[in-house]
Amino acid sequence: MFHFSNIVRTKGDPKILESGPSLKQPVDQLARALGWFSIGLGVVEFFAPRRVTETLGMEGHETMVRAFGVREILAGIMSLSVDKNAGLWARVGGDGLDAAALLSGLTPDNPKKGNIALALLMVGGIAMLDYRAAQDTKPRRPPRDARRKLYPNRSGFPKGIESIRTAARQIAAHAGQNEVKQGDERRIP
Amino acid sequence: MKALVWHGKEDIRCDTVTDPEIQDSRDAIIKVTSCAICGSDLHLFHNFIPGMLPGDIMGHETMGEVVEVGSGVDGKLKKGDRIVVPFTIICGECDQCKRGNFSVCETTNRKRHLADKVFGHTTAGLFGYTHLTGGYPGGQAEYLRVPYADATHIKVPAGIPDEQLLFLSDIFPTGWQAAVQCDIEPTDTVAIWGCGPVGQMAIRSAILLGANQVIAIDCLPERLSMAEAGGATTINFETESVLERLQELTDGKGPEKCIDCVGMESHVMASLPDTLLDRAKQMVMAESDRPHVLREMIYVCRPGGIISVAGVYSGLSDMLPMGAFMNKGLTMRTGQTHVNRWTDDLLRRIEDGEIDPSFVITHTVPLEQGPEMYQVFRDKRDSCVKVVLKP
Repeated sequence: MFHFSNIVRTKGDPKILESGPSLKQPVDQLARALGWFSIGLGVVEFFAPRRVTETLGMEGHETMVRAFGVREILAGIMSLSVDKNAGLWARVGGDGLDAAALLSGLTPDNPKKGNIALALLMVGGIAMLDYRAAQDTKPRRPPRDARRKLYPNRSGFPKGIESIRTAARQIAAHAGQNEVKQGDERRIP
Repeated sequence: MKALVWHGKEDIRCDTVTDPEIQDSRDAIIKVTSCAICGSDLHLFHNFIPGMLPGDIMGHETMGEVVEVGSGVDGKLKKGDRIVVPFTIICGECDQCKRGNFSVCETTNRKRHLADKVFGHTTAGLFGYTHLTGGYPGGQAEYLRVPYADATHIKVPAGIPDEQLLFLSDIFPTGWQAAVQCDIEPTDTVAIWGCGPVGQMAIRSAILLGANQVIAIDCLPERLSMAEAGGATTINFETESVLERLQELTDGKGPEKCIDCVGMESHVMASLPDTLLDRAKQMVMAESDRPHVLREMIYVCRPGGIISVAGVYSGLSDMLPMGAFMNKGLTMRTGQTHVNRWTDDLLRRIEDGEIDPSFVITHTVPLEQGPEMYQVFRDKRDSCVKVVLKP
């Protein structure tokens, strides 16, 4: 990757010779893949809901499929953002909704119930990946009740804060006197 | 040399790169002795500001020793000089530089066509801060090329540790300018949103400029304790209502002066629905900034008051209450800092022992640990407030 970026560097600017370790973990790549998968699936559901319902033998549910498509796209965008953990949990919730909707179509009179069973299997597998990625990308911020170091002695004023306040007041008073004098002078005809 | 290089969203690496070279007669090369991670570097880390390319070297808070100078530096710098490098690159000759408006220098942005398109007019070139501001390699590295070095430097004396001087490059003058822009009077209450490094400097600056009362707003105990140590009354916005507390502390009149040291990535909380909406819009690129603090400042500021914006905004902000802003007759002052306009005065204050900016440093680590420290700083782990890197 850096070989390409080196080409666009301004002449004379430093170019990468050897790249150091990345901060990205395998789970970040997984989250990214799931995010793009979510967007792809969402686009299909939104723009071709009839194809989806026909494949599953669930004709008449196009509006629901379209709504699921919007949900998939939003969850995908969130999974690709810095708030990926929220996006991945949204996907886990979405997997539950998908499974519930598929189960409702798994009736004995559905000629495509084989496809539904296959889709359920896929949802199950993807839900496991979503759950794993959501667990592993938990924000590493310390909990609100965690013990924290406090800095009550870091005033930044080596002479003490009161001495600074006093000096500032004296300067302000002096400046005020000067302003009054200048005002008096301005009033002299 | 080693340098911290941006490879993409949340991906900064310590790479081996070629050493910088003199490209122009006004250049100098410095050996970096100390550099720091700035809060605004986190906007780049999150890829919220457009214009970064993989391979860009990060960092705009840097100091070091001059090791090479171009022929046009004209005796203003020589090998061995110790300098702090202001984050704004300035020519010292254009109309804006002559007026002291250094952060909008008309000359130094070498990709000014981009800035002209995005901002309407170019601003100064900045170190390590996207191609909108010139795409100059930054100072989180072992060496740094300083363009227009005859003007872009702050010479500092020996005998004062790096830690006291380094922040002349950005956060100290940024906090100072935020306070100066408020025209502080001895009876004023100054409310400051955000107690990160710039907020801490703004608190000290408001005290130095004689504010009657300084109120600092944040939610992190370590930052609030540091703000209190600097003379501020504090409000924890997670446990108290900012509006109610500010009214209470100002006898219902509101603070005369308000300073935004938060910027485009304000905290998102379920109890503040506008922050949720902003985050959602930011995610789908319908809005680039989350301006909750601006909204709150406009609402709470005393009529006739001044709003000073030091926090970084990158593009478009929605739902700003312009009705309140106009009808209350507020004044807003903003801008990247005109660093060199303030540094003579600030250096004198450091030398006189009036202030020691090193109070804000909580972590000092080798440059190689920089990538991890971006995460620690972003996640506020280990009570981190400010990270200094030693190449």
